Amino acid sequence: MKGEGASPKVCARLTDVTRVYPSRDGHGEVHALGPLSFDLHAGEFFSVVGPSGCGKSTLLDVLAGLALPSAGTVEFEGKPVAGAVPDGVGVVFQEDASFPWLTVEDNVAFGLRRSGVDAAETRRRVEFAIGFMGLRDFRHAYPSQLSGGMRQRVCIARTLVLQPRLILLDEPFGALDQQTRLLMGDELLRLWRETSATVLLITHALDEANLLSDRIGVMSARPGRFIDIVETGWPRDRDSRLAERADFGAVTSRLWSLLREESMRAMGQRSAA
Amino acid sequence: MTSLRSLRDPLLVAVSLVLLWQVMHMIAGDVAITAPVPTLEHLWTMVGQARFLPHLRETGLAFLQALAIASIGGVLIGVVLGGHKLSGEVSEPILVGLYSLPKVTLYPVILLLFGLGMPAKVAFGALHGILPIALFTMSAVRNVNRTYLRAGRAMRLTPAQTGWYILLPATLPEIFSGLRIGFSLTLLGTMLGELFASQRGLGFLLMTAIDLQDVKTILSIAVLISVFAVLANAALLAIDRRLHRGAAPEGPRR
Repeated sequence: MKGEGASPKVCARLTDVTRVYPSRDGHGEVHALGPLSFDLHAGEFFSVVGPSGCGKSTLLDVLAGLALPSAGTVEFEGKPVAGAVPDGVGVVFQEDASFPWLTVEDNVAFGLRRSGVDAAETRRRVEFAIGFMGLRDFRHAYPSQLSGGMRQRVCIARTLVLQPRLILLDEPFGALDQQTRLLMGDELLRLWRETSATVLLITHALDEANLLSDRIGVMSARPGRFIDIVETGWPRDRDSRLAERADFGAVTSRLWSLLREESMRAMGQRSAA
Repeated sequence: MTSLRSLRDPLLVAVSLVLLWQVMHMIAGDVAITAPVPTLEHLWTMVGQARFLPHLRETGLAFLQALAIASIGGVLIGVVLGGHKLSGEVSEPILVGLYSLPKVTLYPVILLLFGLGMPAKVAFGALHGILPIALFTMSAVRNVNRTYLRAGRAMRLTPAQTGWYILLPATLPEIFSGLRIGFSLTLLGTMLGELFASQRGLGFLLMTAIDLQDVKTILSIAVLISVFAVLANAALLAIDRRLHRGAAPEGPRR
């Protein structure tokens, strides 16, 4: 759709990745993911949508190096990812991961201080991230004094200071209200444009995926596989006002038509379990 | 102004307690409760006497040793049991059972094991304090938010860094609450240990005073220990609140 001549640069590559883990009751196994192969292009905004329990988060864990694939290989910038988060990859979780015992400023600086970056550089990057995420007025506050949206900003800022080339987000706005979600989406787009990082976002909100992404991977019910990868073709310089466009709804409808049957299957799986 | 205001409430409580004491003295008379002023005077002279100091030192030493054993032992037991799921599940009901047991019933056994004197008091004090500290630590370690650990991995922390910068601060508030309760119970245990079959210490003075019907001395010692316990607890509580400041928000806003 985009009509770029040469094939795009690869940021991360998954080859025949599956993940199987023992089920919680101790009998049998859960086949959570795959086999799944795909390339994440450098600099793109890629979203993953799929029915709940389809292995979206497992995909993120495997890609981040937080979980090992049962079979297949994961590469980041040409090097294999093996059980540890590679340098250059940042992860933002669905749950609030801000540390309650640290102020906003110390939370943001946390990863940098542990990684041996010198104090002046740490200060500079923390200053930038705090400003970028609109946290200036809250730098001395503790997370418990902030709203859920603000806490998630702290977590994003904490990842941002590490200057990741690939940012993985696992439903980071899942617990937020709709208006806050839209605004946070705009912030995320701005962050993506200004850092030129590659972004992979896991979400269950179809219009959110549509609005933010260059490409959207649509996953099947468990075991999760991509049934289709939808290219949106939106301009790079976009924000939540994109939803006003006439062709916006068509993409969301396409996603839903792909997902409807899978979601029904996933519901069946869960009631059977 | 803030310091004045923070002092006002404790002072009010203290004054009310002394008033209550005076009223009870007027009802019960010198046979059971001596009046506040003569009692405090008696305490003052008693503390000034040279023969009082060895007793104070004996109790203080017994308490500090018991507290050290209870704290270090309790935290170690709690960390091990909290970190290992099966051991924790097996031992928790046992620890809870022991915790609810009136440990005075075990005192004869302690005496037979350790003999009369310091070791028995220390053991009895530590026995009181170690259980709540172990239980609180175990639950603190067990309930560490897994997302913090995942975040640590995502920020490429080494295991040692994860321990020091995430596990320790994440568990410290609850462990400290355990230490605070352990402190009070260790003091209780040490004092109980001194009440029976001891030859030195505040507990021994107390029992001697009971035999002599020396009400002034009984109340003096009670006041001394109460003041110590209340002040220490207030200080620990202040630290406890400070540690919990971040962890327990008053109604998290989403």
